[in-house]
Amino acid sequence: MRYQLIGVNHKSAPLEVRERLAIPESRLPDACRDLAAYPGIEEGMVISTCNRVEIVAHTTNGSADLRGFLHDHFHLTAAELDAHLYEFREKDAVRHIFRVASSLDSMVVGEAQILGQVKEAYATARAVGAVRGQLDQLFSRAFAVAKRVRSETAVGSSSVSIASVAVELAKKIFGTLEGKTVFIVGAGKMSELAARHLMAHGCASIFVANRTYERAIGLAQKFDGQAIKFDDLYATCDRADIVITSTGAPHAIFRREHGEQFLARRKNRPMFFIDIAVPRDVSPDMAKLDGIFAYDIDDLQQAVSSHVADRRKEAELAEAIITSEVEKFKDRFEARQHTLDVVPTIVSLQDHLEMIRQAEIDRVRGRMGTLTPEQEIAIEALTRGIINKVMHTPITTLKTAAKESEATTVVDVVRRLFNLHDKEATPADKKNEVGTRH
Amino acid sequence: MSLLWLRFALGCYFISLIYAFVALTRTSDLFSRIALQAASLGMVFHFVSLAEVFMAGQFVWASVHNGESLLAFLSMSFFMLIYAIYHTTSPGVVVFPIVFFLTFIAAVDQQPVLLTQYVSHKGWLVAHIILIFTGYAALVLSFGASLLYLLQERRLKAKKASSLISFLPALEVIDQIGYRSLLLGFPFMTLGLLTGSIVAVTTYGRVDFLDPKILLSVLMWAVYMIMVFTRWNSGWRGRRAAVLATFAFVAAIVAWAANYFSAIHRFAAS
Repeated sequence: MRYQLIGVNHKSAPLEVRERLAIPESRLPDACRDLAAYPGIEEGMVISTCNRVEIVAHTTNGSADLRGFLHDHFHLTAAELDAHLYEFREKDAVRHIFRVASSLDSMVVGEAQILGQVKEAYATARAVGAVRGQLDQLFSRAFAVAKRVRSETAVGSSSVSIASVAVELAKKIFGTLEGKTVFIVGAGKMSELAARHLMAHGCASIFVANRTYERAIGLAQKFDGQAIKFDDLYATCDRADIVITSTGAPHAIFRREHGEQFLARRKNRPMFFIDIAVPRDVSPDMAKLDGIFAYDIDDLQQAVSSHVADRRKEAELAEAIITSEVEKFKDRFEARQHTLDVVPTIVSLQDHLEMIRQAEIDRVRGRMGTLTPEQEIAIEALTRGIINKVMHTPITTLKTAAKESEATTVVDVVRRLFNLHDKEATPADKKNEVGTRH
Repeated sequence: MSLLWLRFALGCYFISLIYAFVALTRTSDLFSRIALQAASLGMVFHFVSLAEVFMAGQFVWASVHNGESLLAFLSMSFFMLIYAIYHTTSPGVVVFPIVFFLTFIAAVDQQPVLLTQYVSHKGWLVAHIILIFTGYAALVLSFGASLLYLLQERRLKAKKASSLISFLPALEVIDQIGYRSLLLGFPFMTLGLLTGSIVAVTTYGRVDFLDPKILLSVLMWAVYMIMVFTRWNSGWRGRRAAVLATFAFVAAIVAWAANYFSAIHRFAAS
């Protein structure tokens, strides 16, 4: 298992660092391609969400320089980055991926979005050919494990999501949400979810602004809301009590002077900004204004930490599932590895016997004169039948031995018996074999 | 006897006082219920004490002790009114210590300063005292609310997990409590000052604006009016509103203390 993983998440790195590492969706395919082309890396995949940036790879020797890749790709020095990085290999990397996909490593343990995000990252990497056999195996298993955790534990059920935390915070500010107005800036899944929660708790009306106006209209229609042109954002924003912002803008779009304008027009009635964008949309100096309450993604994490205790028990259960799944994955992987080890031998054996068969047929053919097609077929069937019968036991023995990890010994014996030491299988053979097995 | 009831009331208020300090650091439903019961019981004793003095005809309206006792009772009534509407005991954090302090002074058997002048229109005097004290009580609540607003605002800004489980009501609820108390108190205060002027005019024939008591009272009223205006006009709240409320509150205390310097506004012994 030459899996390697390196990354930062909400626990290891502050938002400032994650902001610099975040890879926008549009540049993800390039990043995957770069990664797969990096020395020592066979397959690679990049997961970039607002809480984590992780590089997963299957490497040629199990110790590729992933740090080097990060430094090169993000133009960051070791001093800036290394203190925040975590790195896992082999079984630990598998465990980490399982935990991430099952939402056990999430800021809000049990939230469902992460699985979707990992699936998207996987699809992106697969589309550019950066993910093939090995990572395929790993991730399809990870998705199955996530499903199992979800159905067998209550980790995801009492859904303490960012959205419901946002509702609670809004209630701490406004008391009741009846009649309050919500403004979604940047139409995204997470903002939509938060808005849905807020509306369910009584918020009356909704505005949507998005760089692409059509998307704003689409989302506004879902909520019976009103789409706003992005240019009118600052002129309209003060009418909202709660602003959910998640644009992909590289700089803050709400700055101190905007906050001051809003408050003046609102007669200082407070405003609540839920800033789920990375990099942040609300500048820190605007958040300091009296009457502006801005929570970024890290603040929301702190706010949910009080709920996390409730789920600890379920999370423990989930961890146990993960542990057993990691073991299973490892066993299966090793079994597969051993099977791969015997495959070249089986192929050589088949080739060897086929060669003998062809040679023998060619030798006797001259003495037989002209043969009818029926006779040709009969001879072909007869010789093949003999070869197959002879090969059957050694091949079965080889396959069984592979599962019981005695492969090396049996392979040696078979190779010696049939004198098969000339041909080595190429990696291409191995891959084909993986693709066609089962 | 009335003093005894008042001291019982004081005992009950003491329990609420402890709550006020504990509530600052942690939240306990049980404890806030106990504090509420204690405060209600205290009010019953307090009411009995006030009624007894009044029924016995001993109630001297312009006595410092009766005044403090009445103000404490009115503040507590405001607190209960807010509890009835908003189901929160948190204004107690500010109200309970003030009520305790007022009741404590009133319950200590000490002869106060005498109101030396003869007052010709007793009805106006009674109206003046009740109106002014209601205004004061509203101001106490408003002051309390503005402090709580600051506290809650700070908690929300600090973004600690505890801000979700804090004992404080929502920011806008605190704001409403403060604003409504302010709005309610203002007419009382204004009418109180007007009736006071009437008493002064009927007793002395004129209002002496240079008298420290009257000067300070007018100043306090002006601050009060500025508070109502800024709040209504530009929605001042939070830190700026708290500064104004503190200013008005201090002005009120100083105006009260001016009784000891004023030539015309003196109290009788109870």
